[in-house]
Amino acid sequence: MRHPFAITLDVASSLANKTGGWRVERPVFVDRLPPCNDACPSGEDVQGWLYAAESGDYKGAWRRLVRDNPMPATTGRVCFRPCETACNRVQVDEAVGIRSVERFLGDHAIGEGWSFPGRMSTASGNVLVVGSGPCGLSAAYHLRRAGHRVTIYETSASLGGMLRYGIPAYRLPRSVLNAEVRRIVDMGVTVETRHRVDDVLAAREDGRFDAVLLALGAPLAHHVPIPAVDSAYVLDALSYLHGAASGHPPQLGRCVAVYGGGDTALDAARTALRLGAEEAVVVYRRTGSQMPANSEEYEQALAEGVQMHWLSTVARAGDGELLVERMELDDTGFPQPTGVFETLEANALVLALGEETDLSSVDRAIDIHSSDGVIDIGPTMMTGHPGIFAGGDVVAGERSVTAAIGNGKKVARQIGAWLSGENVSAGSRHPLAELSSLNTWYYADAPRTVQAELERARRLTTFDEVVAGLNETDALFEARRCMSCGSCLECANCFGMCPDNAVHRVLDPLAKGPLAGGDGVLRAGGVRPFAFDYDYCKGCGICVSECPSGAIVMEPEVI
Amino acid sequence: MSRNGVRFFQVGSFAVGNRLLDPEDRTVQADEQRSNSLTSGHRACQGCGEALGARYVLDAAMRASNGKVVVANATGCLEVFSTPYPESSWRVPWMHSLFGNVAAVASGIAAALAVQGRDGVRVVAQAGDGGTVDIGIGCLSGMFERNDDVLFVCYDNQAYMNTGVQRSGSTPPSARTATTDAVGSEPGASFGQGKDVPAIARAHGVPYVATATIADLRDLEGKIEKAIPMRGSRYVHVLVPCPLGWGSAPADTIRVARAATECGLFPVYEAERGEVVGVTRIRRKVGVDEYLSIQGRFSHLYSPVRRADVIDRIQKIADSNIRRFRLE
Ligand SMILES: Cc1cc2nc3c(=O)[nH]c(=O)nc-3n(C[C@H](O)[C@H](O)[C@H](O)COP(=O)(O)OP(=O)(O)OC[C@H]3O[C@@H](n4cnc5c(N)ncnc54)[C@H](O)[C@@H]3O)c2cc1C
Ligand SMILES: Cc1ncc(C[n+]2csc(CCOP(=O)(O)OP(=O)(O)O)c2C)c(N)n1
Ligand code: SF4
Ligand SMILES: [Mg+2]
Repeated sequence: MRHPFAITLDVASSLANKTGGWRVERPVFVDRLPPCNDACPSGEDVQGWLYAAESGDYKGAWRRLVRDNPMPATTGRVCFRPCETACNRVQVDEAVGIRSVERFLGDHAIGEGWSFPGRMSTASGNVLVVGSGPCGLSAAYHLRRAGHRVTIYETSASLGGMLRYGIPAYRLPRSVLNAEVRRIVDMGVTVETRHRVDDVLAAREDGRFDAVLLALGAPLAHHVPIPAVDSAYVLDALSYLHGAASGHPPQLGRCVAVYGGGDTALDAARTALRLGAEEAVVVYRRTGSQMPANSEEYEQALAEGVQMHWLSTVARAGDGELLVERMELDDTGFPQPTGVFETLEANALVLALGEETDLSSVDRAIDIHSSDGVIDIGPTMMTGHPGIFAGGDVVAGERSVTAAIGNGKKVARQIGAWLSGENVSAGSRHPLAELSSLNTWYYADAPRTVQAELERARRLTTFDEVVAGLNETDALFEARRCMSCGSCLECANCFGMCPDNAVHRVLDPLAKGPLAGGDGVLRAGGVRPFAFDYDYCKGCGICVSECPSGAIVMEPEVI
Repeated sequence: MSRNGVRFFQVGSFAVGNRLLDPEDRTVQADEQRSNSLTSGHRACQGCGEALGARYVLDAAMRASNGKVVVANATGCLEVFSTPYPESSWRVPWMHSLFGNVAAVASGIAAALAVQGRDGVRVVAQAGDGGTVDIGIGCLSGMFERNDDVLFVCYDNQAYMNTGVQRSGSTPPSARTATTDAVGSEPGASFGQGKDVPAIARAHGVPYVATATIADLRDLEGKIEKAIPMRGSRYVHVLVPCPLGWGSAPADTIRVARAATECGLFPVYEAERGEVVGVTRIRRKVGVDEYLSIQGRFSHLYSPVRRADVIDRIQKIADSNIRRFRLE
């Protein structure tokens, strides 16, 4: 090449100058555990399915959801949503309405008639599941997906456990429950209803089952002796709700008192109002803020006119009236009697003082032990009797639908492992994605979507569902409020903000297009939409600071 | 806030990209086909705001002009770190001028193109604050007065960074530079001095004047896309933090720029023919402390004792900007 005057070298590009050598720290992509996933008792990949839902890929989202939880339309209504309590967005504005999106996906799947993805493996055990509450159903689902044969024995006439005979229809419409139960049964689960297992060892032997899951729940009412005159009408909430759910509700009269402070008490009071009681009063020993009942259900009960009588114990049930003693909280917040009594009008007293297990079916299995009324299990969820496992409300732990579903998933895996003589390897947990690792500047201001509620008049006369679902626009909006804590959300900040162009888009070799814009599936397979070019990255860390979701960290360069 | 009205939840209009946006609504920087006008291997410091700003501006100019841009570049960091002989990081036609005459050089290029009838080619002049506010202001004022068909972009890092952080007419009061020591009762650069070049540009009545920062990419790109097809003199003043000269962490470059606008010290607005026609409102207001305390050039305001008197004076400047430009 001929050079102009005073020029001796050819023109060159700065690409020859590899500035990566300046670096003392390097950025790397990470996956941190979002707090919602961490908190989910069913072990759902909440952030993962929201991510798919954000793009309108509802089927992908639902499939991701049912990898862990086969009943999202159900939990989308009755879950106590620990995920939303843990959600990082609480500290920004309000939690993401995770449950409302879950419900949208669950309802959408029912509407579209989606069925579960096929079997994942070809295991061939023969497993008996005793009890068809959420724990039993979830276990049946996960066992079927693994290929096992599953038989459910259930005392009641229909499947669902407390989902059917405890939680009232105004919170969980039976059409929804039926659809989700049917989808599980349709996987090829053998079901025998009205089949009470009286002796689990005999049942196992008769059916030649390789393993048994005891998912017996806690179907008995906890009883406290209460002095009552002969003509007093006293019954327990579980049988009242069971009667109402089966279409044979006991008639309670004009004025109903419910004794207790949990969800069962509120459900009994709300059901009584719907069945014609003019007044329903909840009598509770402590104060409203100490009630174990879910705050949401409490608000709804108040809106329906349920009255609350705090700091009171029932001293005697009379004829058409109750004698209650006023209580006072002591310094430790514990209620103490005051000796002051009052009379309340009440045609019936419904006791909702807790639920207990019924372990008569394991009486003969002497190596199955229990403590405090619940069955003892080991780390693999097996009882003292080889091959007999237990989960849900019949074992110690949180009593909720989602916990029971999570138990069902875990125990299914353990049963499979036991049958094949393997161990379940505990997956390593990623470090938590805390809010401090996020850059929330980038998230648009977006207040939470409110779910509409049925007007009061219809709530007092029907069992129509009280809380409405989200329409598609709102569900999409709500899903997009998710901040993708700890996972790349393909915002391209690293790609766009690197002063050295040292972040590249990873192109999908098959589709010959950028990965970004995909549904995250490829990413989940280990491919990421962006990659660092360490030839030029100087290690400034702008990408780390400006990554909204905290999915990049700086690591010391090994020299 | 959102310049083009993209109302999109999750990362809204603040992030570079969004996998769910239609391609035409995405920023230039989100596009894997962007021109990368300033490519890798340049010798800017870690986290250089000027390098980032120049790429933002020129990539947007390239897209807005269908790749027909000629650039004249004054002496300064941007020129020095991008073109150590014989290497160049530029992927646009690019010409180095003297420190003070880039406006005149660009005017000449525009005149030559006009004579050739090539009015599809757009001319960009770019300079640091020294090359704009101080030594270059004569040529710039002349260019404005003649209304030459040039887009002049000033990358304002508030000092002469290339020669070792000397004070310029754009250095803010109380900042420590190599020539404004942090000593005495009024440490650092003096209050009441310096020049507001966007205001000077407006006073010339040129078709378009805008301020911007590298912390609001959509806003910056929008302004460049608007300015490129306009005829006559246009001026865009971009705040570009300098980790070395400002004593800020390289990772904080964007954060510092964001704090400058959110506290009101750097008003972001645009003006047509001298009249302010739009401002970017403060989104999450912060006090000047948020901005000052993360920069070493203001560290004497925080240790050994917090100089509330000086910080208050700076806060008053921010408050006055907020009032004058209606930033809230
Ligand atoms: C009124 C009420 C409201 C509730 N509301 C909520 C709520 O809103 N959200 C929430 O998360 N949780 C709620 N819960 C708790 C939740 O319902 C339970 O934690 C959950 O159902 C436990 O699931 P499980 O499968 O262990 O047991 P269960 O749902 O109790 O099911 C056990 C099943 O086993 C059957 N069974 C028992 N013994 C035998 C036997 N020997 N042979 C054959 N079958 C047998 C029973 O008939 C039953 O169908 C509520 C509970 C009640 C009572
Ligand atoms: C006439 C002249 N005087 C002095 C210099 C030395 N010089 C080169 S760059 C520079 C400062 C540049 O400052 P600025 O324009 O703010 O750009 P920055 O380096 O900060 O980006 C100076 C003083 C020169 N090149 N020419
Ligand atoms: S922004 Fe670029 S230069 Fe800075 S650390 Fe990230 S990749 Fe490296
Ligand atoms: Mg400068």
